[in-house]
Parts: sequence; C-alpha cells; structure tokens
Amino acid sequence: MVAAPSGAIFETDHLSRVAGGARVVDDITVQVRTGEVLAVVGPSGAGKSSFLRLLNRLDEPTEGTVRLEGIDYRQIPPRELRGRVGMVTQTAYLFPGTIADNIRFGPAQQGVELQMGMIEALLLQVGLAGRAGEDVMHLSGGEAQRVSLARSLATTPAILLLDEPTSSLDAAARSEVEKLILTVARQNGLTCVMVSHDLAQAARVADRVMVMSKGRIEKIGMAGEVINAEGTFR
Amino acid sequence: MLKELFANQLTLGCAQAVVATLVALAVMLLARQREIHLERETVTALVRGIAQITAVGSILVLLLRGPGWSSVLLLAAMILAAAGMSAGRSKGLPRSFQVSLCAIGAGAGSVIALMTWAGAIDTQITTLAPIGSMLIANAMNTNSLVLNRLRSEVESHAGLIETGLALGADSKQTIAPYVQISVQASLIPAIDSLRSLGIVWIPGLMAGMLLSGASPIYAAVYQFVTISMIFSSSGLTALICSMLIRGSAFSPAEQLTLRPRPVTAGG
Repeated sequence: MVAAPSGAIFETDHLSRVAGGARVVDDITVQVRTGEVLAVVGPSGAGKSSFLRLLNRLDEPTEGTVRLEGIDYRQIPPRELRGRVGMVTQTAYLFPGTIADNIRFGPAQQGVELQMGMIEALLLQVGLAGRAGEDVMHLSGGEAQRVSLARSLATTPAILLLDEPTSSLDAAARSEVEKLILTVARQNGLTCVMVSHDLAQAARVADRVMVMSKGRIEKIGMAGEVINAEGTFR
Repeated sequence: MLKELFANQLTLGCAQAVVATLVALAVMLLARQREIHLERETVTALVRGIAQITAVGSILVLLLRGPGWSSVLLLAAMILAAAGMSAGRSKGLPRSFQVSLCAIGAGAGSVIALMTWAGAIDTQITTLAPIGSMLIANAMNTNSLVLNRLRSEVESHAGLIETGLALGADSKQTIAPYVQISVQASLIPAIDSLRSLGIVWIPGLMAGMLLSGASPIYAAVYQFVTISMIFSSSGLTALICSMLIRGSAFSPAEQLTLRPRPVTAGG
C-alpha cells in the first residue's frame, strides 16, 4: 500500500486506457487534494470524459491505477467505491418516479433508507425545497440537473465527478447550476473534478486546471496560471 | 394443376418447390420496387432452406432404419445448429453462442425430455424428430428475439444503466427492467399462437393428423398440447437466455460492457 501524498484524497498513477484501438487516456499522473476543485479542460476528443469515467471505475484502466486515500481502487469493491465517488453527468438521467424516489436511490444501495427530512434538506440545498413528490417527467433541464446533483450528494460522497454538468443547459440555467455546484461543493467540503470545455467557467470554479490533449496532460497548474482573464490559455 | 402434370411424387414435389420459390421471389421483387432490399437474404434463405430440408429428409430415411437413440443425436445436432444461427443474429454480444446453446438446449431439451417421459411425445423417431424440431425452432426464434431486444434496450438506456452503477447499484438491478421487457416481447409470438389456435390458424400438424385418419377431436387436443409445449420451451429458453446474457453485459467490476460502441476519447 502506498501512502497518499500530504493532503491528497486521491491520485492517478500513470493512468491509461485503450479503447477501440485508440489510446484515449495516456499516462495521466495527478494528485488531487481534499476539498480541491480540479477542472479538466481541452478540445473535443481530448479524453476528458474518458479520464473521468476511469476515476469511479465505470471503465477499466488498461495501465496504471487510481489510489483513493492511498488504497489502490481495484482493492475496493466497485459498489463501495462508487458510493464514495459521486458523479453528475452532462445529461441528467433520472429514474422514472418522483424526485424523492431519485434521491433515495443511492443511499438505498448502501442499505440506508433516507428519511423525508434528509431529502428535504438536500432539495433545499439545490433550490428545490418542497418538491420531493413531483414526478421527474415534468422537470426542466436545469431542474433535472439539480435533482441529479442532490441525488449524488445523498450518498455523502467524498469526491464528486462532474462531466460538463452545465453544457446541455441554456445560458440562464447554466449560470445558476454552476453557482449551485460551487456553493454545494464548498459547503460540503467536497473534492471535485469537473470536466468542461468552457475555459472561462473553468477559471471561475476551479482551484487548479488540467489541460488535456490527445489523452495526455498538456498543462496543469493554478487556474490563474493556466488561463487568462479573457478565458484563453496563457 | 400440378398433380395432373406430374404423376411421380418426387417430380411433383420439385414442381411445387419451384412454384413456391417463384412466389417468394415475386414478393422479394415487390419489396425491391419499394426500395426494401431483401434480395441477398431471400435468395440465401431459399437456397439454404431447400438444401437443408432435403438433406434432413435424406438423413431421416437413414435414421428411420437406425436405432431409437439416433433421434437424440438428431435433436442434439438441431440444438447446436439453432444455437449457431441464433448467435449469428446477435453479433457483437459477448458469449452469444454459449448463451444460445445453453438456453435452447435447456429450454427445448428439458421440455422434450419431460413430455417424452410423460408420454405426450412418442419415442418413435417419426414423432420425436418433427415435434422436437418444432420446439427447438421456436426456442431458437425466442432466443434470437431476447438477444436482439435486450441489446437494443441496453444500448438505448446505457446512460440510465450507468447512472445506476455510478450510484452504487448492483448491475443486475440496473438491467432488470430491460430484461423483463425483452422476455415479455420475445414471448409474444408463442402467446399469440396459443391464443389464436383454431381461430386464426389450423397448424400443419393437425392437418396432417386429420389426413392420416386421426380423430378430429384428438388431433385438435394434440395440437393444443404441441403449442403448449412450444410456449413452455420458448418461455424457459427466454428466461435462461436473459439470465445468462445479463451476466455477459457487465464486467466483473460492474462495468457495462454492452454498449453501442467503445467509449473513445469523449469530450
């Protein structure tokens, strides 16, 4: 077992994945500190989403690994791992039923029955207080993404993976959801890895920015060191 | 008309086959006019069909003179061929041949064995082979329907399934609604056959029994027995296939492996 670097909640160690004959993630080694927000940016096809999927083991690394608090994540049962590493995707895939049904889903997998008080508290955090009984069929894109965020928070993850969570929303909803994610992450002391192709957004929300190209790290540093105020690379 | 022209049974059969083929080709050409291209598949199927059934007829001539256990060999060969064909219809699905072989073998095989033991199927090869083949053929169709429907359901709901996995759900739980839909859909033909028996169609087996002098009531009841057996073997095949293929859709690390295409460098 390798000890985690000081303050690092997880680290990737020469993480690589080959899919369809292409090296979609290539030799990524990075440490992420507890409570840090790391933005992963780069052009389409850079491997950002593929990198994110490896972090909660939705895909299997071809080489290298991820260490969560110093432990190789292949030694952690996948279901337990995913309880500790939450994920919000670009499209909010909600299960048929009510908002409350969706919020209950994650904790139920760990044998926890979430009480209505907890559900309401989560919905208050995401600005949907009093709407637990609503059918998810009738939600707007922004509301669905809020439910998706609350659903991920319900499992009390230590790390939250965000895969372009605002890219499918209109400008107004994008700004609201972005602020919400940032507020919720800070309030809950969450470590976040957020994929974005919007440099200005990355500069607004992240402590550090990792620039990917062709599956590799092209640049990594403090947001202000990597991105200009105009939202372009330095 | 053909009977008047051909006195010999073999030449009459050949002439009837030619007429049936011409009608099938006419349908194919009609489809072609509507820009629906079935030419290659239709011609291949017709050639295969006539070659296979003639070969089976010749083998049956030999088997009828052989020992009783030879029918078991014949049915086993049919199950093997059915598994191969069903798997061929579901390319891209992991372990589809093994899954099909187990599902059709266990689904059709167990019903054939049980009904033969109970005396509902005669042990003579002249009964066991045709009735057994009916059960195997229907089990094969059901198996193909389960595989195709499940693949299409999983591919179109991959996002929802992976969301469940990302929230710590068990892979079997995430795929359960789609397994249920696939099994239900695959059994529609078998259920409809049972429901419409005697009203919409009078199957060939019953017609044959009537022609060979059996009591119409017994012929009718036996037809029900046959269609019920088809339903049972199809149902068992669907259940076994869905259980086995469910496991193949995920890796041991609870990752969805059955996806429309490999995840390449997204975003």
